[in-house]
Amino acid sequence: MSIQHDQSQAAHSGAAIAGSACSSAPWKASIVAELAEVVRNEAVNAEYRHLVVNCSAEAAAAQPGQFFQLLCPQPAGEQPFLRRPMSLYGADPEKRQVEFLYKVTGAGTRGLDMLKPGDRLDIMGPLGVGFTLDPGWRHIVAVGRGAGLATLAPLAKAAKANGTQVTAVFSARRPELLVSVELFERQSAEVIAVTDSEATSGPANVERILRRQIAEGRCDAFFTCGSSRLMRVQQRLAREFGLPGQVAMEQQMACGIGLCYCCVRDFNVNGEIVNRRVCWDGPVFDLMEALP
Amino acid sequence: MSAVSTIDLSVRIGRLTLRNPVMPASGTFAEGLDKVMDFNRLGAFVTKTITRELRAGNPLPRVVERPGGLINAIGIPSKGVPYFIETTMPHYAAYDTPLVVSISAPTAEGFASLAAELSIPGIAAIEANISCPNIEEDGKAFAMRAESTEKVTRELRKATKLPLWVKLTPNTGDVPEVARAAEAAGADAVVVANTILSMAIDLKSFKPCLGNIMGGLSGPAIKPIVLRQVFQCAKAVKIPVIGCGGISTADDAIEYMLAGASAVQVGTATFLQPAAMTTIIDGLAAFCLRREIPRVADLIHGVVIEEADEPDLAWLDPVS
Repeated sequence: MSIQHDQSQAAHSGAAIAGSACSSAPWKASIVAELAEVVRNEAVNAEYRHLVVNCSAEAAAAQPGQFFQLLCPQPAGEQPFLRRPMSLYGADPEKRQVEFLYKVTGAGTRGLDMLKPGDRLDIMGPLGVGFTLDPGWRHIVAVGRGAGLATLAPLAKAAKANGTQVTAVFSARRPELLVSVELFERQSAEVIAVTDSEATSGPANVERILRRQIAEGRCDAFFTCGSSRLMRVQQRLAREFGLPGQVAMEQQMACGIGLCYCCVRDFNVNGEIVNRRVCWDGPVFDLMEALP
Repeated sequence: MSAVSTIDLSVRIGRLTLRNPVMPASGTFAEGLDKVMDFNRLGAFVTKTITRELRAGNPLPRVVERPGGLINAIGIPSKGVPYFIETTMPHYAAYDTPLVVSISAPTAEGFASLAAELSIPGIAAIEANISCPNIEEDGKAFAMRAESTEKVTRELRKATKLPLWVKLTPNTGDVPEVARAAEAAGADAVVVANTILSMAIDLKSFKPCLGNIMGGLSGPAIKPIVLRQVFQCAKAVKIPVIGCGGISTADDAIEYMLAGASAVQVGTATFLQPAAMTTIIDGLAAFCLRREIPRVADLIHGVVIEEADEPDLAWLDPVS
């Protein structure tokens, strides 16, 4: 297997060179760690909690698909050392707020669970490359499962602002564990829920649903997060129908800003295996280049 | 701020004068940090270690956290020399900050040829990483022994006229002896130290937490150990010692300088607070101002060791 590192970091390197060329202009940070004020931290269902914080204008300008690195409080008897990457669930530049949706699974999220309104939380971001919406797209399909539903959530508002219709195919173990459904419906998106308990979440059924969307001319692009199985279904259909797609990927992270190479994944770029950092080159990648 | 700027923060590392003693530790720094801090404020740039061969790095997981620190086994992914010269170096050319290139190779000859190839305009110094615990089998490294350190340093010295920094390992019984070997073979400075060889096991699966089984511990957890090694090395050699191990705050940096470090490298702290280095630089200046120390270099070797009135330590030495 030939292993090659990615050399296409156009967005980042371009900015770096531009920033350094005009060294006479005062330098200004575009990524900051700041103490945000917790506004809300409540359960939305049996698994997920909704965290809203007041933050700077820079943080509140976060785009769909980007993420933040949260320095979580220490729960009793535990010492989470690293920051925890957390997908953006919502951003409101006017109210200067960002939102996250999280499930309590480890020391970091147990720490987040302790936060009360008025508490301070050290957030760093927005980080990474988010989703891109082509102005020409009339209708997109968002397919998500588990935590992926939270990552896809900010797309609903962005798509509406872009004049793009959204069909969301959301998968969960049980109907009551689905999140983001109302959020999408509020932005007049159609939500098709599939669940394990109703035996509707299998790849064959999801493929049937997606084929119908394509046949009805309602799929100019795929957006997905949270399931390798569903990603493979979309890759197959995207290849068959020549459709573009974007996938938000997860990986354990340390620094979150491209320094440490802890969060690398392999990508298939024109038949060659290329190594990319999820935190810096992503977390949103071309659907066809992603490997499960 | 204007009062603080009256403090002279510059330090000398052999022939090189740095505007201040704070620089990144290799492997924890990349071009993207320019979104977080003004690169013209740093004492130096230190690149991620580059190798001649293309390296993919280690299998995942590559990091695991433990209280007060981080164990990593990234495995030095490297895109090779041409990529470094053509793509990485230009990012740093616009800044008035010396560029230190960290290199590694499997043999002394490999180190030497890489150093020779990188002795080009734009590079201010070579840092020979002879201490990464994640490259060779079972965590072995040149810097574990004085003889292999002397040999590789001698080859490097013949290969380059650039200032040569040799990065030592904490994973050996006698770090000062290794430091002396590097000095004798012509090193201009020693960096003390790299990460501490370590391990973590997952209690659900009974498997090691890292894909590479073992890795290197960094972060506040290792600071007292490496601080002691800096103290010992600074007494053992005349060349400057650059301290590296768990520095997160200006107080940590000051402690290292008092122990004998002429400069410090900051690594893991940047993962938690991306602007840690500039915060530390500001903190050093503020400390010197508060304590009326005109030059930060005055802190080097400043530790006060008082003689005991009646030293009765004979029992420590079985010979006497």
